[in-house]
Amino acid sequence: MRYNVFALFFILICTSRLAAQDLLSQIEDTTPKKEYVTAAFKSTRVIMTHSMEMLNPGVLDFRILHRFGNINQGIGEFFGLDDATIRLGLDYGISKSLTIGIGRGSYRKELDGFLKFRAVQQATGPGGAPFSMLLAGGAAVQTAPWSGHKADESFTNRLAYYTQLIVGRKFSDAFTLQIAPTVVHRNLVATGDDNNTFAVGTAGRIRLSRRVSLNIDHYTIFNTEKSFDTYFPLSVGFDIETGGHVFQLHFTNAIGMNERAILTETINRWGNGDIQFGFNISRTFQLKKRRID
Amino acid sequence: MMQMRIWFIVLLFFTAFATVQAQGRYFTKTGRITFYSNAPLEDIEAVNKTASAVLDARTGQIQFAVLMKGFEFRKALMQEHFNENYVESNKYPKAEFRGQVVNNSSVDYTKDGTYPVRVKGQLSLHGVTREIEVPASLQVQGGKIDGTATFHVRVADYRITIPSLMKDKISNTVKVTVQVKLDPLSS
Repeated sequence: MRYNVFALFFILICTSRLAAQDLLSQIEDTTPKKEYVTAAFKSTRVIMTHSMEMLNPGVLDFRILHRFGNINQGIGEFFGLDDATIRLGLDYGISKSLTIGIGRGSYRKELDGFLKFRAVQQATGPGGAPFSMLLAGGAAVQTAPWSGHKADESFTNRLAYYTQLIVGRKFSDAFTLQIAPTVVHRNLVATGDDNNTFAVGTAGRIRLSRRVSLNIDHYTIFNTEKSFDTYFPLSVGFDIETGGHVFQLHFTNAIGMNERAILTETINRWGNGDIQFGFNISRTFQLKKRRID
Repeated sequence: MMQMRIWFIVLLFFTAFATVQAQGRYFTKTGRITFYSNAPLEDIEAVNKTASAVLDARTGQIQFAVLMKGFEFRKALMQEHFNENYVESNKYPKAEFRGQVVNNSSVDYTKDGTYPVRVKGQLSLHGVTREIEVPASLQVQGGKIDGTATFHVRVADYRITIPSLMKDKISNTVKVTVQVKLDPLSS
């Protein structure tokens, strides 16, 4: 009996000693908190596809996309470097979950615009979603001189649209994967081709160092063109982040720099060596700075 | 019966002891820690308003903990880079300080007034623990304590590397300011 009491006192004194050692544990809040997962990708595009990453509110992203010609053209074309297509674009983060953007590509002199909305953001802790889910949609209009039948020439026939669902997960700091079921609708197509093109994008990144990641961006197309041969677009490259810039150096067989062009006009094939070298430059400007005082 | 009585006494002792223990302790969960780095191109400034701190007035022991992700920057991208590339918040979520008010006996916690002190202890940040000693000030007022301290931290001391490309943009020392309003801890 007496021993019991002594033992108790002993424990008591020991625990109070311990408490004195660690003051912080007295006020520590150990209930886990919900925490959103950020920086799944370094940029809002994997390479050619919208990534699960959004712009922060008040951030303007000036994007310069640049593709050289096919490498397999040889020394006569300086391995494609003589030739180039570009797209200049401006994206803006309206809120944490809504981004808008416009751009103009030199290929078919196409103007395009998009809306991107994040419905679910991946989070850890109680009630956190294991993945992010986004919806992107856009339209493109070709402004190049009409190349088809004269009778078909109209504004609506120059238009195309796309809708995309993006589901992605940052599995770890080193690895992110997303899939993106996509529909492209063209108002006018060649006889025999489908107005709607269905595809699924698969894209991911492996972070190689704090500022460099390896990105892979691929589409499987379920109904490719019938009037001519098109192939699945595949881009492989590195993201290099330096402060306010992200450089995306890559190799790709994709033609054009919007969803319509990539999914319906990619006549190049990796197997044939029809590969282009390209880079995307993203420069962000925080137009609206936050108050932190 | 006898057993019960002993248990009761033990319980009584325990509660009395616990109260005594808690007495003379002060805490906050909304401490403010800012850091400021002066750089030619752009000043870098961040604030964290959720720092925890506990001070034991009897022993002079003082401890701080702060979540790195709680630092807010004016530029969202800067905040992301701070967490991703510099302090690696996923790997090292917290910074902690565990130390001692060196001249605790010169502070009368029962009397209002401002007491200059020196605080010495271990600062853990980005997986590195180093001893620091900084001047600070404790202002006792109406049973509460306002603590402030300003000191400089060399980022290289904590294995935080600045890439050569950013060397001109980012200063290698940051000024840290700590402001806490401590309330008596009752438990």
